[in-house]
Amino acid sequence: MGRYLLRRTAFLLGSLLAAAALLFVLLRLLPGDPANALLSVGATPEQIAAARRQIGSDLPLLQQFGSWLAGLARLDLGTSFVSRLPVGPEIAARLVVTVPLTLLAFVLAVVIALPVGFVAAWRSDRWYGLLLNGVSQLGIAVPAFWIGMLLVTVFALRLRLLPAGGFPRDDWAEPGRALTSLALPVVTIALVMSASLIRYVRSATLDVLGSDYLRTARALGSSFAGAMWRHGLRNAAVPVVSILGIELATTFLGAVVVESVFTLPGLGTMLVEGIAEHDYPVIQGVLVVSTFAVLVIGFAADLVQRLIDPRLRAHVGGGRP
Amino acid sequence: MTSKFVGVIAALALALAACGSGGGEPGGGPAGTPDAGATIEIGSLYEPQNLDNTAGGGQGVTEAFNGNVYEGLFKLTDDGKVENLLAESYEVSDDGLTYTFKLRQGVTFHSGKALTAADAKTSIERVISDDSQSARKSSLTAIESVEAPDDATVVVKLSSRSISLVYNLSYVWVVNAEGKDLTTGEDGTGPYRLGSWKRGSTLSLEPFPGYWGTAPANGGVVFHYFTDATALNNALITGAVDIVTSQQSPDALAQFTGNPDYKISEGHSTTKLLLAFNDRKAPFDEPLVRKAVSSAVDDAKLLESVWAGHGSVIGSMVPPTDPWYEDLTSVNPYDVELAKKQLAQAGYADGFRFTLDTPNYDPHPTAATFIKSELAKVGITVDINVITADEWYTKVYKNHDFAATLQEHVNDRDVVWYGDPDFYWGYDNKQVTDWIEQAEQARTAEEQTELLKKANRRIAEDAASDWIYLYPQIVVAASDLSGYPVNGLNSQFYAYGIKKG
Repeated sequence: MGRYLLRRTAFLLGSLLAAAALLFVLLRLLPGDPANALLSVGATPEQIAAARRQIGSDLPLLQQFGSWLAGLARLDLGTSFVSRLPVGPEIAARLVVTVPLTLLAFVLAVVIALPVGFVAAWRSDRWYGLLLNGVSQLGIAVPAFWIGMLLVTVFALRLRLLPAGGFPRDDWAEPGRALTSLALPVVTIALVMSASLIRYVRSATLDVLGSDYLRTARALGSSFAGAMWRHGLRNAAVPVVSILGIELATTFLGAVVVESVFTLPGLGTMLVEGIAEHDYPVIQGVLVVSTFAVLVIGFAADLVQRLIDPRLRAHVGGGRP
Repeated sequence: MTSKFVGVIAALALALAACGSGGGEPGGGPAGTPDAGATIEIGSLYEPQNLDNTAGGGQGVTEAFNGNVYEGLFKLTDDGKVENLLAESYEVSDDGLTYTFKLRQGVTFHSGKALTAADAKTSIERVISDDSQSARKSSLTAIESVEAPDDATVVVKLSSRSISLVYNLSYVWVVNAEGKDLTTGEDGTGPYRLGSWKRGSTLSLEPFPGYWGTAPANGGVVFHYFTDATALNNALITGAVDIVTSQQSPDALAQFTGNPDYKISEGHSTTKLLLAFNDRKAPFDEPLVRKAVSSAVDDAKLLESVWAGHGSVIGSMVPPTDPWYEDLTSVNPYDVELAKKQLAQAGYADGFRFTLDTPNYDPHPTAATFIKSELAKVGITVDINVITADEWYTKVYKNHDFAATLQEHVNDRDVVWYGDPDFYWGYDNKQVTDWIEQAEQARTAEEQTELLKKANRRIAEDAASDWIYLYPQIVVAASDLSGYPVNGLNSQFYAYGIKKG
């Protein structure tokens, strides 16, 4: 296990470095000049040159990359070209919105998907099993922003139950208000995410239901619930957990779109603003943090999977124990 | 959606709504008695990029800070007049080259430091310094030196006459530049000081108890920033904001029109939509071709389809709030036959083809499509090339690499750019350049007005650009609100007069 952890950590750091380099190069390939965001119509060529000098976009690329990497190693993400604020603390302030949004949405999606997916498989021949199956298929096709706008129209504009967007100025000082602001975005993401999760839970359950070992357990006298509990769930959980890891990462990234719809001051809106302003340090910072989060989630999902499934543990570490 | 789904959502929504405080309903307080302690919630699409207007703070910081947090020696009122603010009086020498300003006494910065002439001197020098990214820098080039002979006097020496100096100084914030980083904090003399700024979300201003003038009519303001107009209007409908600084979504107006809960006011804007030709290159180096294009496009019809009855067609670069405004819509009237004749005269009887660089945000793409279909009627083929604001800046503004482009020009008094042959559109007319230069050196406002009127008429006759229309300036507010600015000239938004109730 120790060697496995070491290898995975090295792989994680390597991926992060590769992602950082790729990000840096791709951003520089975009047309346009970050100095432009600072200037308005009427700026003179001297002012443009001065702006480039101030933000350092006139330095050689290799030098810019080197100093950015050196900063990363010190956990310093640099300073925004535009706001002149350090990027790290700004990201931390945004995570206060994005992390709860992602986690709440994820939990809600799982809470919806597990029972619905199970019923859709268990009762796949009944009308409501078919209906659940159909609805989840439809759900995959619907974009998140559309669901968000629909929810805003119903719950904010018509019923006036929830705010249409925004987040309290004092963040979580009043948790009730903060939760109220997150309600619609959370439901939006959870609905979209649960649609695809239901598909996975359903097919994993169908596999288990049709398996020989379940039939054998039943033949030996176990009740259906008992056989499901002892043998079925554990087997069905293995593929579902690996999908959950990917889904959690997707939720985190999907928050970008949903935050824009609900004008939440999260990481997603920060990224969108950064791109609009060609604010390289901001874009790089947000993407590095997101990449890191996604890699760590994948890592965690792997670990959980190995805990559930002894067969996976047996194959690691090169030799047999 | 299944009933189970709906049930889950509804239960969750209700539970969350119950534990929240119920959001912010509009109003509060009995009608007719303004609540001086009320906080005004302002919705805006323009978040500052940083807090310094000499470091690229942009339109947003002008909106939030001009007159509210920072004051200049002078102020441009909402109806376009220039008044003394931190300058109590001023004198101009006979040759027009020396301005002596007397400062108002008893003014303190938010930090508690007293305002002195040295602060005013540093403030002006910040704007004209090498590092300054101020949009006003180029209009202050005549300043040769700024002196502060005593604590109450500032002397500005010019290299040439500049009749707009006082007007331009209304955009120069008087700041206390010592000890604070002004890109992330502030130290001004205005009626409000900065409460907090939450990037991507809100900026709050609270009344400054030591203000030298009349205290604000409200208990503070909060600017809420949105990236799209729909979300902004939703916030107004749900009462999360009381007022929207500038309505940019014509379609959304319908839901407020005729609703007693809202007031809609239409003021004067200074934002012009331009079809700007590259006057350096064929075919648009030929005035006849430009005139033909101007006459071939039905500006009024486009305005009607975009803004449904709001806004106006002005026929040139000068908006009605500038003293040198004149209705020039008849110079290049909408007349397809005339356009065809002019094209034939210029040797383009069979038309031609050009690429129109079109910024990717509203209303440019709509306008581009309309122009394309209008010009097709006179045999001109338009290739629409959609670009980002950033690409526009590099390709069109800096490199002058374009045939024609669409762009909104937001400032007042910006007809003077036609006197600069190096500006992106490359209009080069010696007579116009001279008039505009002489206007700046004029001895009286009348003389200045006369010269700029001539220049404006000439660029219209030359169709230096095609001025499509002047945007409307529409403010939508909850009906219990009063005292807000309706023109918002140059993105300013004085908040201290706003009352609730």
